[in-house]
Amino acid sequence: MVVVRRAALEIRREEDMVRVRRSVRQWADELGFGLVDQTKLVTAASELSRNALVHGGGGTVVFEALEDGPRRGLRLTFTDEGPGIPDVELALSDGYTTGSGLGFGLGGAKRLVNEFSIESRRGAGTRVVMTRWK
Amino acid sequence: MDRIPILKMGAFLLVTIQVDMHDRLAMALQDDLSNKIVETGARGVLIDISSLEMVDSFIGRMIANIASVARVLDAETVVVGMRPAVAITLVELGLSLHGVRTALDVERGMELLETALADGPR
Repeated sequence: MVVVRRAALEIRREEDMVRVRRSVRQWADELGFGLVDQTKLVTAASELSRNALVHGGGGTVVFEALEDGPRRGLRLTFTDEGPGIPDVELALSDGYTTGSGLGFGLGGAKRLVNEFSIESRRGAGTRVVMTRWK
Repeated sequence: MDRIPILKMGAFLLVTIQVDMHDRLAMALQDDLSNKIVETGARGVLIDISSLEMVDSFIGRMIANIASVARVLDAETVVVGMRPAVAITLVELGLSLHGVRTALDVERGMELLETALADGPR
């Protein structure tokens, strides 16, 4: 698997979430994703940007265009230096919420992509990596 | 701060969301609409989301909240114009917008509101 292109964006303010959504749309479009897949990627990215902003106190997202033989994909890595998620399994379950959402953020985002992983340590922030293949 | 305009059309309020909303803007719309319903005594709210390229859990919650608050304030809400890709994504995300009436376009949404108003229990 090769990373053919990489870029990063900061998530510090709510307006940055809009910028992330716009960039994901553009990257997905350029990689040849159809409209439904683009929308899934943008929606998942929106959930994770909010997570990084609201729970992580801000963070970054790294965009990577992937090539794996004939397959093309978009990998998004969200990193924050927030307090971390105490129980990742619980946070992924539907209906789990800390109050600011419906509780479909993380679990919902996971359903919208092909690969999804969370690393989180108390006090050391959270890193979410998700990939959708075309 | 930017605000999403709310138009009054007879007994109804009409909102067309034309920008990619950040969360504060979505919250402001919820407040503005609630105030406007009380202020105008509107009996229905029509929200056109045909320009929205994405509805995530926050915006979905905002839409559901608006419908709930409107109902308590004696007004019906209809959401119109959801794009197919948005609908597919919403369902996969796990949101079904329970209790929110939808219609394919503004015209059908208006019909729905008018019927609801005519058939209403009052």
